Amino acid sequence: MAIEDDVLVIGGGIAGSMAALSAAEHADRVRLVTYKQSTLRSASGLIDVLGYTPDGTGPLADPFDALEELPDSHPYQRVGTDAVREALDLFDDIAGDAYAGGHTETNALVPTHGGTVKPTARYPAATAAGLASDDRDTLLVGFETLPDFDAPLAAAHLEAAGVPFDTRGVTVSFPGIERDDAKVTRYAHLLERNESISMGGSTTGAREALVSIVDAHLEDESRVGFPAILGDEHADEVRASLADALGVDVFEVPMGPPSLPGMRLEDLLYDALGDAGVRVTSGVPVIDYETANSATSETASDAVAADGGSDRETPDDGDGERIDRVIVDRNGTMIPHHAEQYVLATGGLIGKGVRSERADESETDATGVVFEPIFDCHVPHATDRYDWFVEDAFGEQPFARFGLETDQELRPLQADGTLEFVNLRAAGAVLGGYDFAAEKSGAGVSLATGYVAGKQAGTQVGEEAGK
Amino acid sequence: MSDAEQPTDDHGPGTESDDEFEPIQVFPEAEDMDLRPGADNCYKCSTCDTNCPVAEVDDEFPGPKFQGPEQWRLKRQEDQDIDDSVMKCSNCMRCDSACPSEVPLSQMHNTARGEYVEENMSKLSREYWRNRMLANYRTLAPLGAMFPRTANFVTGLSVTKWLGEKVMGITSERELPEFATETFREWWTKRGGAQVENPDKRIAYFHGCYANYNTPEVAKALVGVYEHFGYEVMVPDQSCSGTPMFANGMLEDARRAAETNVSELAAAIDEGADIIASCSSCSMSIRQEYPELFDFEGTEDVASNTWDAVEYLRVHEDLEAALADAAVDGDRFEDFAYHAPCHARNQGLDGQTVELLELIDGVDAHDVGDSCSGISGTYGWKEENYETSMKIGEEMFEHMEHADAEQGLTECPTCSMQMGHGTGYEITHTLEVLAAALLESDAPSSAD
Ligand SMILES: Cc1cc2nc3c(=O)[nH]c(=O)nc-3n(C[C@H](O)[C@H](O)[C@H](O)COP(=O)(O)OP(=O)(O)OC[C@H]3O[C@@H](n4cnc5c(N)ncnc54)[C@H](O)[C@@H]3O)c2cc1C
Ligand code: SF4
Ligand code: SF4
Repeated sequence: MAIEDDVLVIGGGIAGSMAALSAAEHADRVRLVTYKQSTLRSASGLIDVLGYTPDGTGPLADPFDALEELPDSHPYQRVGTDAVREALDLFDDIAGDAYAGGHTETNALVPTHGGTVKPTARYPAATAAGLASDDRDTLLVGFETLPDFDAPLAAAHLEAAGVPFDTRGVTVSFPGIERDDAKVTRYAHLLERNESISMGGSTTGAREALVSIVDAHLEDESRVGFPAILGDEHADEVRASLADALGVDVFEVPMGPPSLPGMRLEDLLYDALGDAGVRVTSGVPVIDYETANSATSETASDAVAADGGSDRETPDDGDGERIDRVIVDRNGTMIPHHAEQYVLATGGLIGKGVRSERADESETDATGVVFEPIFDCHVPHATDRYDWFVEDAFGEQPFARFGLETDQELRPLQADGTLEFVNLRAAGAVLGGYDFAAEKSGAGVSLATGYVAGKQAGTQVGEEAGK
Repeated sequence: MSDAEQPTDDHGPGTESDDEFEPIQVFPEAEDMDLRPGADNCYKCSTCDTNCPVAEVDDEFPGPKFQGPEQWRLKRQEDQDIDDSVMKCSNCMRCDSACPSEVPLSQMHNTARGEYVEENMSKLSREYWRNRMLANYRTLAPLGAMFPRTANFVTGLSVTKWLGEKVMGITSERELPEFATETFREWWTKRGGAQVENPDKRIAYFHGCYANYNTPEVAKALVGVYEHFGYEVMVPDQSCSGTPMFANGMLEDARRAAETNVSELAAAIDEGADIIASCSSCSMSIRQEYPELFDFEGTEDVASNTWDAVEYLRVHEDLEAALADAAVDGDRFEDFAYHAPCHARNQGLDGQTVELLELIDGVDAHDVGDSCSGISGTYGWKEENYETSMKIGEEMFEHMEHADAEQGLTECPTCSMQMGHGTGYEITHTLEVLAAALLESDAPSSAD
């Protein structure tokens, strides 16, 4: 026997969570298996749909206009603009009050910790009072022990970018934190629990202490921006109590990794998974698969090492093979998981859903392989590793687009254009044909493709059962 | 203390196979292990740091990124000693499953701790002896088990606690675990061993220390459930799994225990058995830490044939169907506040209990979230860690109190102590609930 489900989603980032949630609307038994933590924890928590076109035009006011113009190979083109809207609708339902931006199709402009302004489609409620389109004067507060956010510099950058308000930055010391490399969770914890700390000979709650420090710097600004460390589970409460005491609006500036807004988004998605009855298995990787007619297959990575990853045995018929089960490695023990339909949402080169290595052991050999390690799905790439990069660090990097090619239903394709498997779909950063960092489209592509892959997988289960 | 003649005694704690032990062996594999490629994988995203429960509450602790990749890099560049902060790590292994870049963090910490204890910690210090005693609970337990009532009485005395704290650095805040009046192994022998013989379905039970000495009811539940499904249960000789030893940097003690376990368990595999554990730290240790740190003959084989007790039934039997027909009578078990131990989480077992209990009529398990209980084995027993341990646990206590339940449920013996300590709830093991559901629905009279 195996652990049995209708739909099995592999990967627990935005794409995998969304796929599982949308599959759960159509199928009873949905499971999500994920290995390490997703890139969500490093991402800003913003949901970008499209900030720039692939040729660099932008920032875009209306991402939806530009979606229509994308090349055919782009994941947004595969799923279609309507699906992007439906996916955002589902996301808005799930996020509820925690996110804003759903009232309009145009991009919002959010100040970032570097002092740039970023076009994004959805943003956490914690960020809402800080939008750059809002013309209220702003005080930015940074902390000595948190060098990633230099508030005076960020303020200067924002003014230089021409924001329609005055902005000032100050750097203060955070009450109760001594270490330069204190964890962001430590700041959040102090505020959330309002822990007592000693300051100037007396003890006081961390929030009160912070308020008194900031109040001394506040002039006539009507909003104050902090780096995104204002609480974790009860961030709303922390923000509200600071705002109350300061008598101004308080917002968070999204930070680089590790990112509390990203963690909060992760919590939000996982709570939704729980509510939707999705079973979650985390901390363990899927490492292999078996088809209906192969008792055991070689592990994909072995096969790659042996044959350079180029070919796998061709499918029995034009329809492609059917995955019967996948194998989960539980710290050494191999656990089979069976489902009718599978969604692959294992991330890109960063999430390790796509991997690269030298084709040859020798240091001088320039050939390399790029492969998808579980199913060994075809990943188009140049054989010469030197063709994966361009000299210009800001140039268009071919490796950024590495990933799977699919049909309209997001089923991965082999080199010859036939299906890899009939019951496998792919979503998120494991897909090729887009450069999320350049386009500012990471979370949006993951949401939209996750939504479509999950929906297709879920309805397919229903249909096959109905037959 | 005058027991200083003991330190290098090779026949020290935990050695059941003294004759096989070579005195000069000082865990060479772990020492020579080259962890630099792992360190190079780190791209400093700090995801591990944000997952570390100790760093979250203790400003002094530099966190897993420093303990792991940064320390290993420093060591390569200069002849640098291991930083003493490594002893503040509780070995919860959360950082391990956090790292998106597959840096082997807990392996680095285990190795660093081993090196620190070996090279930088005085073998005459109170701390060393206290840690060694805590790590080697297994060798003290038989004494307690021999005179359980006296032991329970003595350990409960306030003067004993005072002595424990003042002399040994063991916090007086905690109740020492009670010894059962009959150990599991005693019960097993008295019962005449296995009641089912079946050459095709065999399991070897790794009960670990705690189920044997303190909570034999968990071990009996396991036997009952497996026999219910027609398994022949073997109970091979065994030593401590080594978890508390890894956590205290006592790699040498761990090595000896592991060697015994690997050879006994490998023999059971040869007889057609799979290895089953009821404690998530024990299974973690056998599955992951053994192959990471040791390479006795059979280590890999034992690791890959070891299972969590419930997981095994899910894969090999139709456990879901069996539970769907089962019910638990009366109000003994109804609603539980369930805490998934960190070491179960790391093995992808955290959702399992809630999934299964949902199927049983009349029982529900409410997951209290993914916080760490904070006790982490011997960690929370140390006087200097007690406060940190309780701070970490605070979130779990709160969630337990808010959950719709007045009883706790978990698979880890030390988490269970912390849960009881922080909330006053009675704590049960998942296997006990399964036993009640499967056996009592079958034959209502079989409960003892
Ligand atoms: C530093 C950084 C900042 C970013 N900032 C933004 C931003 O501001 N806005 C925005 O919109 N986007 C941003 N992105 C991009 C966005 O986060 C990603 O594009 C998107 O989250 C990718 O999601 P995913 O679900 O496809 O993959 P991932 O988040 O990479 O998740 C993949 C998951 O699959 C798991 N997995 C991998 N292999 C296996 C296996 N074999 N078995 C089981 N599980 C497996 C991984 O452990 C991981 O949890 C950022 C990304 C990074 C790295
Ligand atoms: S094992 Fe736990 S306590 Fe130790 S560094 Fe990792 S996360 Fe922190
Ligand atoms: S999570 Fe991994 S890659 Fe990130 S800082 Fe920690 S060890 Fe380095």
